This record gives sequence, C-alpha cells and structure tokens, in this order.
Amino acid sequence: MVGGGGVGGGLLENANPLIYERSGERPVTAGEEDEQVPDSIDAREIFDLIRSINDPEHPLTLEELNVVEQVRVQVSDPESTVAVAFTPTIPHCSMATLIGLSIKVKLLRSLPQRFKMDVHITPGTHASEHAVNKQLADKERVAAALENTHLLEVVNQCLSARS
Amino acid sequence: MAAAAALEAVAPTGALWGLVQDFVMGQQEGPADQVAADVKSGSYTVLQVVEALGSSLENPEPRTRARGIQLLSQVLLQCHSLLLEKEVIHLILFYENRLKDHHLVIPSVLQGLRALSLCVALPPGLAVSVLKAIFQEVHVQSLPQVDRHTVYSIITNFMRTREEELKGLGADFTFGFIQMMDGEKDPRNLLVAFRIVHDLISRDYSLGPFVEELFEVTSCYFPIDFTPPPNDPHGIQREDLILSLRAVLASTPRFAEFLLPLLIEKVDSEILSAKLDSLQTLNACCAVYGQKELKDFLPSLWASVRREVFQTASERVEADGLAALHSLTACLSRSVLRADAEDLLDSFLSNILQDCRHHLCEPDMKLVWPSAKLLQAAAGASARACDHITSNVLPLLLEQFHKHSQSNQRRTILEMILGFLKLHQKWSYEDKDERPLNVFKDQLCSLVFMALTDPNTQLQLVGIRTLVVLGAQPDLLSSEDLELAVGHLYRLSFLEEDSQSCRAAALEASGALATLYPVAFSSHLVPKLAEELGRGELDLARGDESTKCSRHLHCLQALSAVSTHPSIVKETLPLLLQHLCQMNKGNMVAGTNEVIAVCQSLQQVAEKCQQDPESCWYFHQTAVPCLLALAVQASMPEKGHSVLRKVLLEDEVLAAMVSVIGTATTHLSPDLAAQSVAHIVPLFLDGNVSFLPENSFPCRFQPFQDGSSGQRRLVALLMAFVCSLPRNVEIPQLNQLMRELVELSCCPSCPFSSTAAAKCFAGLLNKLPAGQQLDEFLQLAVDKVEAGLSPGPCRSQAFTLLLWLMGLLGDPELGPAAADGFSLLMSDCTDVLTRAGHAEVRIMFRQRFFTDNVPALVQGFHAASQDVKPNYLKGLSHVLNRLPKPVLLPELPTLLSLLLEALSCSDCVVQLSTLSCLQPLLLEAPQVMSLHVDTLVTKFLNLSSSPSMAVRIAALQCMHALTRLPTPVLLPYKPQVIRALAKPLDDKKRLVRKEAVSARGEWFLLGSPGS
Repeated sequence: MVGGGGVGGGLLENANPLIYERSGERPVTAGEEDEQVPDSIDAREIFDLIRSINDPEHPLTLEELNVVEQVRVQVSDPESTVAVAFTPTIPHCSMATLIGLSIKVKLLRSLPQRFKMDVHITPGTHASEHAVNKQLADKERVAAALENTHLLEVVNQCLSARS
Repeated sequence: MAAAAALEAVAPTGALWGLVQDFVMGQQEGPADQVAADVKSGSYTVLQVVEALGSSLENPEPRTRARGIQLLSQVLLQCHSLLLEKEVIHLILFYENRLKDHHLVIPSVLQGLRALSLCVALPPGLAVSVLKAIFQEVHVQSLPQVDRHTVYSIITNFMRTREEELKGLGADFTFGFIQMMDGEKDPRNLLVAFRIVHDLISRDYSLGPFVEELFEVTSCYFPIDFTPPPNDPHGIQREDLILSLRAVLASTPRFAEFLLPLLIEKVDSEILSAKLDSLQTLNACCAVYGQKELKDFLPSLWASVRREVFQTASERVEADGLAALHSLTACLSRSVLRADAEDLLDSFLSNILQDCRHHLCEPDMKLVWPSAKLLQAAAGASARACDHITSNVLPLLLEQFHKHSQSNQRRTILEMILGFLKLHQKWSYEDKDERPLNVFKDQLCSLVFMALTDPNTQLQLVGIRTLVVLGAQPDLLSSEDLELAVGHLYRLSFLEEDSQSCRAAALEASGALATLYPVAFSSHLVPKLAEELGRGELDLARGDESTKCSRHLHCLQALSAVSTHPSIVKETLPLLLQHLCQMNKGNMVAGTNEVIAVCQSLQQVAEKCQQDPESCWYFHQTAVPCLLALAVQASMPEKGHSVLRKVLLEDEVLAAMVSVIGTATTHLSPDLAAQSVAHIVPLFLDGNVSFLPENSFPCRFQPFQDGSSGQRRLVALLMAFVCSLPRNVEIPQLNQLMRELVELSCCPSCPFSSTAAAKCFAGLLNKLPAGQQLDEFLQLAVDKVEAGLSPGPCRSQAFTLLLWLMGLLGDPELGPAAADGFSLLMSDCTDVLTRAGHAEVRIMFRQRFFTDNVPALVQGFHAASQDVKPNYLKGLSHVLNRLPKPVLLPELPTLLSLLLEALSCSDCVVQLSTLSCLQPLLLEAPQVMSLHVDTLVTKFLNLSSSPSMAVRIAALQCMHALTRLPTPVLLPYKPQVIRALAKPLDDKKRLVRKEAVSARGEWFLLGSPGS
C-alpha cells in the first residue's frame, strides 16, 4: 500500500526540514498520584503516545518535525473516540502513508480496544490527501500492510525507542 | 648431520636411551618432559640427548624423523637457556638443513628454531641466516595455523633481541615478511602479524621500495569484519583486531597516499561499522600526519565528514565525524610550514565556513546544529582555528540574533554563541589586546542582557549560562558590565514560582561569578539583599504575608548562594545570624518554616566554607556559639514565652540546626576542634555558659540533670557537634558524658531527646578505638538495653538489636514491626554515622550483614508457620532492596524461589519491595531469570491488576523488563501477554496506563522485524 522504498540509502526528499522544540515530560500532578481519582484519557495523553514516533527518513521525531501537534488531537474518553490529524513536511511527501500507518499502529497497540480511531492528513496539506486517508481508514488494508515484512520492519523502526 | 656425527663419540646413558625409544617408537608423550627435566637438573647434556636420538634423526621413515626432532625441539624449548654457543651453532645448522625435509617434519623443525630464537647464546649472524632459510624454504601460508604462529613467534623473538642484525638485511627482511603474511586469515595470527608490521615501521626497519606492498598486505583487512565464534576459547574480540590494525595503518605518514583514498571510500560505505572505523582511523592518522600528507585529500575528506554529520541518524557517526574534523584541523594547525608554502589551514577553514555559514542563519532548520557543531569542532582544535572561525561567525550570529525576533530562534542563536565562547576558555592569551573577544565584548554584553530580560525562560537560561562564560574570561567584563550583571542576577533571584529553573540557574551563576568578582558582589548585591531582608522586619503590618515570606526565602537563598568567597562570607554570615536573632527578639513574627529556611541557608554557607580552613573556622567560631546561645535561651523555663522560643525547640528546627552544626564541624582541623570541644562539652555537662555571646540566663542550663524537657532536647545539638568531630580529638569528661547519654537514651518521656542521646552515644562509640574502654561502654549499653528493651537506631548495637529482631519475626504481633527494623538497619543514617562525620563506616557493611543474616532468615522462613511467613519475606525483601546488586547476583539461585513466593504474598509492601528487587535482576541476570519465565509472567500479570497503584506500576515495569530475556524464551508467551496487557491500557490511573503502553509496545516488538 505504500509506494517507494526510499528508506535508508539515496537522497532525502527534504534534507533540511524545519525543526520544532520538543515538549517536556508531562508533569505528574497530585491528582495522578492519588489512588482514588480516575484520570481520563485526554489529548495530551494521546499526543504523548505519538509524539516520540521516529520519522522514517530523519533522525527526528514526528513532534520535532511538527508532523503531529497536540491541537490536532481530538479525544473523547466517554465516547471512546480518537481523531488524529497529521501534517506531512512537504505536500508531495511519499512517506505520508507510512507515517499515518505508524501512528495508527502505535494507537492500536496503546489504546484500549473500546476506542474507535481515525488517523487522517490535516486537510489541504498533501497532494494525494484523499487517497492516503482512504487507505488509512480501510481496516483490511491496514491489516494486510502489517503482514508485509518489509513494511512491518519500517513501522517497528519508527516505533522503537531511540537508542 | 655433521653435528650428530661429532657427538656420536659419547656413549648414550641407558635410561636416556630408553626414554627416547619410548617417545619415538612407543609414541608416548610423557618421556619428553622427563628428558627435559633431567637435562635441566644436569643428569644429561643436550649433547647426550642428540646422541641418544642419533639414528631416529636420520631414520628414512619421515614419521620417525619427525618424532625424533619433536623430542629434541621440546627439550630445547625448556632448556634453551643452558645451551652453549658452540652447541647453538651446530643445532642451528642442523635445523636449517631440516627445513628442506619432508613436510611432516617441518612443524617440529619450526618448534626447534623457535626454541633457538629464544637463546641468549645465539652468535651474531645466525638470526639472519635462520630467517633467510625460512623465507627461502618454507611456504608459510600453506602451513597449519599453529605452525604459522610459530614462524611469527620466531620473527618476533629475533626482532626483540637482534634488531641491529635484522636491519642489516635491509628491505629484504620486510619483503620476506610481506610474502610470508600475505593471505593470513586466522585472527590469532593476524594480531601477531599486525604487531610485527607495527614494529617494522615504528622501529624504523628499512621498507625500501615495498611501502605500498606492506600497505596492501595489511590494508586488505580494513575495515575489519570479524565476529568471534560463540564460546570462542581464544577470547579475541573484533575490537582487538580493529585497534591493532589501526595502529599499523596510522603508524606512518608514508601510508598516507594509499590510506586516505581508502578511508574516503569506506566512509562513503553503507555499513555503519565501516564508517565508524574509517572515521576513527582518520582521527588516529592525524596524530602523525602533516600538511603535506593531507594536502591533496582535504576537499574530499571535508566533503565526506560534512555529509556524515549532516545526514546521519547515528550519534556515534556524528561524534566520530566531529572528532575527525577536530583532529584534521589540529593537524593542519600544528604543521610547520616552509616559507614558500601556502597555509592550508586558512583555506580549509574557509571551506568549512563557506559550507556551514548559511545554515547558521536558519535557526529553525535541521542543519543549524550540525553546522554549528562542525564549526565548533574545527574551532576547538587550535587557538588559530578558533580565532579564524569566531571572527567570522560571531559577527554573523550577533547580527542574526537581532534579525530574528522569536524567543526560541534567539535561544538557538545564543546557544551557538555560547558554544563558541566556551571554546575560547581553552586558550590563554598572553597579551590583553590580542584577545579576540574584546572586540565583541560590548555587543555580547548587550545581547546577554537582552536575553536576561526576555520573557522566555529558556532564553533566560541560556543568557545566564552565557553570562557565566563571559565572566570567566579574564579581564573581559568592565566594572560597569559587572554592576549591570549583578543587577540582573538580583532581579532573577526573586523570580516567581513558575520559573524555578531560571532562579536556580541565576543563584548558581551568582555563586560562580562571586568567586571571581567578590568586590562587585559585596558592593552591589549583598547590601541590596540586606535591605530586602530587613524590610519585612520593619513593616510587618503592611503587605501580603505570603509574598513577604517567599521574598524572604529567596533572599536567604541568594545570600547563601553568593557566599562562595571568604570575603563575602564575612558579610553574609553576620547578616543571617542577625536575622535569626531579630526573630528571636520578637521583632517579627516567624514561623517554623522561616527559621528552618535561615538554618538551611546557614548550612549552605557552611558547606561552601568547608574547603577553605580559614573560612571554616570563622564560620564555626561565629555561628555555633550564636546558635547554641539562641537555643539555650529558648530552653529556659520562663513565663512570657516569645513565639520563637517554642519554635526553636521544635523537632524540625532542631534537626535543621543539627545539620548546620554538623556541617560547620566536620572539616575543622583537630586542634581547632579541640579548642571548641573544651567549651561545648562543659556547657552540656556543667552548664558552663561563659563562652556564649549572650550569657545572662534566668536559670542554669542542665540538660542531663533534672532540667526541663526543653533543655533535654538540646542534646541533639551536642550530638551534631561531637559526632562530627575528627576521630583523634579527645573528648573531655568522656566517662561522665557516656553515662549521662545512656541514661537519657532510656528515658521514656521524650522520644526526640532519647533518640538524640542514643545516636550521640553510638557516634562516640564508633570513634573509640577497640580496647577496654570501648568494651566497658558496650557492656553498659547492653545491660541497659536488655533491662529496658528500648532500642535506639544505633548501629553499634546492631548485634543485640538484631538478635531480637530475629527472635521477634516469629511473633505474630511484633513481627511486622521487626521486619521494618531491617529496613532501618540497611539504610544509611544520615546525621550521625556517616563518613563525612569522621565515623568509621566499614566498607561492605551491608554485604556482611547479608551473609550473616540471610541464611537465618531463609531457614526461619522454611521453619515458620504459614501465618508468620510474610514477616520473614518482608524482612528479606527489605534486606535485598538495599543490597548492592553484584553481591546479590551469585546468591540469586538460592533466593529466587523465596522471592517468587513473596510475589504471592498478600502484603502490598512485600509485593512492591519484591518487584523492585526483581526488576533490576531481570535486566542484569536475564539468563538465570529465564528459567522461571512461566512463573514470572503469571505473577506479574496477576499483580498488574492489584488494588494498589504502586504495585500495578511496578508489576508493569517488570513486564517491560521481562523483554530483556532471550527472545526465544519469551515468544511462546507473546500472544497471551499482549492480550493480558490490553486490560491495564484502560486502567483508571494515567501513570499505570503509561507503563502498560511501554510494556505492551516492547512485547509487540519481540521477534518482529525491524526491532
């Protein structure tokens, strides 16, 4: 489902991208340390899940490249829905589907099953926005993509903690 | 066979003949050692051995000849030191001749030659002759590994002892060796061969026309690609080969023309290890190369290094690339130039600047930092490079700072400036006018002050760090600059809660700069702080109470922070003490926290004084009597208590004063401490108050007699003092003091004072040398304890206390309390028995405790009934928690079953402490733990739904740590674990979910491609 294996060797599509500051660790509040108080899943928590995903071609995180932002995360714990919009660094980025897939997989692995998740490109920021969104929304294609060893390898690399 | 023929005249000894026959014909190995031993002991001569071998050395059957020569060689290996010159000549002739023999014989011949190469009596000329014979007759690379190794050993031996002779061979020796090692494959032999080549080069053997051949025969192994086989008995690591090959390649500039193209090619390779090895080798080469060698390759080298640093995802490649650039620049900087030669350094640096400059103007882009790092790596190489680069970069960055208005962009630019400024600290400039920073000083200062007033905290922080670096440049800042800087630091010291980090950095900067510019700080900062501190005292009615408090607090912290210079301490200490007295006189309302804050400031000042003996004594002499006077005053029974009187006697306040007195005492020299002890002990024993600054008290001070409970509490201050004294200071009236302390420690009315007395007693005991006096005091304590069952946290009594703890664990009621006692014993007591307080803390205390007591615990556990077992487990897990891991690992197999049992224990404390014990073990001893994977997975998953949040978190952390076990062991559990971990993803607590996410993520990656 993803075209182009431009990972690793070869020239980078965008060799000198803008980089953004990383937000610090979320401070632990007294409420979070209290056994009794339930903490609901909020936008920051979702953002913390995806901000440290590695970009497939830069040694940078999606947060540093501003591909994901906390304001583009919508979550409702009681309704069990999450929507994440991501912004490719350039409108022709061939990595867009791969990045979307990584976000999707990270959420699948990290959120309770009750959640219905929607990962899509920030409207108007990519040339083939519609096609990519369609692929990401298609459960069967996502599942099939993860059967592909090469793709799974790249996704796992994006999700591995940086050494 | 002339040698053998000449020896035939002597009749063989019967026994020797038999041994020889057994070895040669009987194929037994034993006789060889026997013969060698006999030769060593003088029973036979080597001559007789040769004779006894006689016919076997000439036997037509090659196997028999080989066996005969083998015996001779083995004897020679053990007895070469006994040989005479004449014998050596004959033997060499014989062996050289045998090199032409059948291939079966050659290994033994080489062994013999190796023995002879070790021989001191080898006459001149023979080493060369042996080598020539080997080069001519033996095709080394067709021999087995062991025999090749023997040949290398012969050469190594000769190179060690016959250097001059071998050099006489000229380049033939080098050529012979090149042919010999060509095609070598075994890592063991390569290590020796590389060593030989390194010696050839470094000891200046003639390489003649064979430089390129020598390079080829070694560089063909670059980059080393070798993975030692599992369970390799030889223990050769990849790294050993890499380093020894690098030593060869980087040993001479003569290789440069061949090596540099190779390195450039390998840096471009796709393989990470090849990149790293090439960059590191380049780095090593720069130590011996000069401008001449590098000249033609500089553009390509720079292009490769730049590309790696710009594009890499690996921090190691980046670090090695920067290091290589640093060495290249250093190499160019140090080369001596001929008058007509062009200085390559300038053109090289200009190249770097040209490629990096424009990236510095884009503080948001990815390449800004790699560019800055490259420039800084080059600038750090020499003063000349530093000048060249900073004189180009600083104006640019200063301009960029003003061009960009966003705080985070400015921060990036200022951080880069800071990096360049730091580099200037490496070089000292003799002449003040030559210092390149002088030109930029005013601009830099105004820029730093802009940063300090910016609302962005991050920018402020960088500004503070830059200010410190500027201040560290000698004679850079003028007194006006300093006054401004101090003003800014004063302002930053009072920042509000939300910029804690900035305030802390400002305080630290004040401390650092105050050591350099004490006058500026004592004239511009201390008076302002004094005024600020006094303000609340006058108009306490006005203003918001909490603001005043926090301003006071900040003021106190600022005062202690700048007390880094003796002259400043002389101003700040009286201020702080005066403030405390003011509070005591009731001129202002003071809460516990405020008094504690003053004490904490005093303690920080004391810490800063410790290193300077004069300040240390000044502090002790000034602060300790003043504090004691205030405390004694407060403890007097009086009708009209001022608020402070009670406050000063509170537990926390006394504890804070204890730290001050302790800190002020530990670094005293013994004779000054003795002066002080002569005042303080009589104060407590006899109520002698004469040395206190204000000593008119309404009644006597008798803390040990029937004094009030307030007076008794002050024993804590005595403890602080005597327990911090150097060990060789004699304590007056020791006997009386010890008795009083034991009495007081068993006094039931006030736990605070009895604990203080017990600690004080323990501290004094610890300082006593072993002997009758110590035994008496110990007996005193034991009697008292046994009589009263009142334990103090006294480590010297650990033994007694312990006996009881062991007894009590079986007791269902007291058991849990006793188990917690283990925790106390295993933790460090901070105020009395610490190394800093000159106490004798024996190393391995915990280890000994462990070996002494754990078997008893384990035994007790097995013997105990079901309901008291948790007590034992609790005790055990407390002990294990505090134990250094290396001690624990060997004991693991015996303890593990117990720990696993502890996981099923229903007590949360036991569960938590066991989990925190198991977690590091999973990381450090995965092999042992993998035997229990089934139990571990089940128990951890069970605990991940415990009602206690802390247990759930710890259990999930253990689930995460489990992924360190060998993957094949874990894979069967993967589906089950991933399913089970879906549940804590929906935990109601965020902190638990966080651990669940990271554990589950790791389990997903197990055995999956790309992980």
